[in-house]
Amino acid sequence: MSFEPKIVAFLCNWCAYSGADLAGVSRLQYPPNMIPIRVMCSGRVDPQFVLEAFKNGADGVFIGGCHTPGDCHYVVGNFKAFKRVVLLKKMLEQFGIEPERVRIEWVSASEGKKFAEVTKEFVEQVRALGPLNYVKREKA
Amino acid sequence: MARIGVFVCHCGINIAGVVDVEKVVQEIAKYPDVVHAEHYKYMCSDPGQNLIVNAIKEKRLDGVVVAACSPNMHETTFRNACERAGLNRYRCEMANIREQSSWVHADEPEKATEKAIQLLQVSVEKVKLNAELKEAAVPVTRRCLVIGGGIAGIQAALDVADAGYEVILVEKSPSIGGHMAQLSETFPTLDCSQCILTPKMVAVARHPNIRLMTYAEVVDVKGFVGNFKVKIHQKARYVTSDCNICGKCEEVCPVIAPNEFDRNLSPRKAIYLPFPQAVPARYTIDTNHCLGLNPLVCGKCKEVCEPKAVDYDMQDEDVEVDVGAIIVATGYELFPKDKIGEYGYGVYPDVIDGLEFERLLSASGPTGGEIIRPSDGKVPKVVAFIQCTASRDPDSYMPYCSKICCMYTAKHAMLYKHHVHDGKAFVFYIDIRAGGKDYEEFVKRTMEEERITYIRGKVSKVFRRGDKMVVWGSDTLSGEFVELEADLVVLASAIVPLPDTKKVANLLKIPVDENSFLKEAHPKLRPVETLVQGVYICGAAHGPKDIPETVAQASGAASKAVGILSGKELYHEPTTAEVNIDACSGCRICVDLCPFGAISFNENTHTVEVNEILCEGCGTCVAACPTGALKLRNMTDKQIFNMIRAALSGGD
Repeated sequence: MSFEPKIVAFLCNWCAYSGADLAGVSRLQYPPNMIPIRVMCSGRVDPQFVLEAFKNGADGVFIGGCHTPGDCHYVVGNFKAFKRVVLLKKMLEQFGIEPERVRIEWVSASEGKKFAEVTKEFVEQVRALGPLNYVKREKA
Repeated sequence: MARIGVFVCHCGINIAGVVDVEKVVQEIAKYPDVVHAEHYKYMCSDPGQNLIVNAIKEKRLDGVVVAACSPNMHETTFRNACERAGLNRYRCEMANIREQSSWVHADEPEKATEKAIQLLQVSVEKVKLNAELKEAAVPVTRRCLVIGGGIAGIQAALDVADAGYEVILVEKSPSIGGHMAQLSETFPTLDCSQCILTPKMVAVARHPNIRLMTYAEVVDVKGFVGNFKVKIHQKARYVTSDCNICGKCEEVCPVIAPNEFDRNLSPRKAIYLPFPQAVPARYTIDTNHCLGLNPLVCGKCKEVCEPKAVDYDMQDEDVEVDVGAIIVATGYELFPKDKIGEYGYGVYPDVIDGLEFERLLSASGPTGGEIIRPSDGKVPKVVAFIQCTASRDPDSYMPYCSKICCMYTAKHAMLYKHHVHDGKAFVFYIDIRAGGKDYEEFVKRTMEEERITYIRGKVSKVFRRGDKMVVWGSDTLSGEFVELEADLVVLASAIVPLPDTKKVANLLKIPVDENSFLKEAHPKLRPVETLVQGVYICGAAHGPKDIPETVAQASGAASKAVGILSGKELYHEPTTAEVNIDACSGCRICVDLCPFGAISFNENTHTVEVNEILCEGCGTCVAACPTGALKLRNMTDKQIFNMIRAALSGGD
């Protein structure tokens, strides 16, 4: 059986989650590998959540927020999220996890098409990277 | 041990046509703490809601998850149902298995079913640790801000003011009126536009509940529904309200500048009244053209002003106001002229756009209503009207239909014939879209009674030959190439939102669509609301529309705003951050992070405090707290960790 990546997505309520809803209303098809978790703001995403996802078998983590600058419902939460992801990627590299397994994207409430496209792209990106098997890697 | 009930909706075949709802129920029933699971055709229907109410009572459920559409659709519905059964509304969550599963994985029913189960597990984990919360009541500022003083803003302001609430109407230019004040006659009745608009403008100026702020812009918005704090930048106009519009200043002013109101087809002075019926009736000094606000440089206007209304010492000022609701009506502009190369707009003076033609037709316009062409002042005997200029052209310009051009072009052609009886008018069109009361009849009248030639086809090029404008196009009905020598070309250019619309949208945190028009909360059912509570939209800033539709939408927005202003009090979401002061180290990282100023440092306890009314619940502070002292109610770290595990369990 071919490898089906498991991806956890943190989507901000105002932009990315609404964009995902619009993709649904527009019946845009994309792969079902991503399980979304709705957060009010991408700024809520603690880097620990990403690590926890990898620890529990995720092959990739997606964070969706509002466009910068200015679209964030909470003014600057998206910037905070972005800064944290930049640092987190450096740390992941030191753990031996490919930083490409984490992706942060800005998707507005009117960008259903973008949501579907980015999801497709990310699923393929993680598929190309192969399974993470973090727990196995750690033991090896 | 929690007692969670799960309710899976078929949504007719929207969900059940793809997702195996039976299997979802079987699987989720095995999940820890789920004590009840069932599916039903329409959970949002009365019988569906009753299933939930009865199950809560009979099975003593202490948590509910409804797997159906997006929580943005029906979260309130199901939370209300839970409340009816005596369950706290925050003990109810939804799993979005329609928009985010069945609709987007229609070709993979098994995987869609698997994803639906995982989404349900995630929501079950969330609801297990949801606290019972109660909304905090907050008072409402009974005042409304209207941004934009065109017909949309005017109508909205009058409606809110008539309902008995204070209104602050902010307009960027020196007078209200907007584009409607520039129009000659309106379709399909040929009512004089200014004659029907100016009484409304005067009503705004005289209304005891309306505070009119022209030559002003909104620069900052803070707060939330019922309690917005708005900063308005009032530009100095250097003329006080003592101005009696005698016009002597204008006579002596030595500076000539383009007249924006006449679409630059005529000159004005540096001190000017935008148009005779301007509201407020007060001159303004345009500092971009004035020689310098200094009696040593010029000072002529000040010398002749009898009521001593000219005041060079006037300063710009920022005014702060509190409002409970905001209506955005920032309007439109026509597609920028320098960007339509093939029609020579902006190169040849005899290629003009629809609003410029309106000014030529208008009795108050630069020519006093006489139709002459800008290059040599001659009366044009052949006029070509080009519809869909930069509209319906996704490859090069705007993809959408600008909606009003078919109608105003028919009106232009008809009015041209009324002015120039021996003139010939040709209209190039792709399709005629005349959907509206008496619209089709109006276009028919233009074609048949006024003998206007309609040519079905696009124009590829406009260029000059001698003193004529040559129009190359095609007649797709006969399949022939068309060349027309015209004296004047009028473009029905695409309607685009003003660049400022995006700026205002950013201030208010309301989304815009891919063409930068304001986006409504729901295209069918919430056409004047936005995703931000208390902020409403109307007029062409939301999309191209004609005057009756704009007025109706403005009244709709006003009634929504009145709904907020008339309420006793509003309720603030209780899903805010809270501090465990025993764990707080007093590092104050969160204080600087909070964009709402909701967190403050208590010098006595050396810990932080959260103001629950100011906190909007984004959780940015929680993610940054190094000691874990901050917690976001009903979205705690513990909950999210459990949700992550649930998202990743199963499906191997």
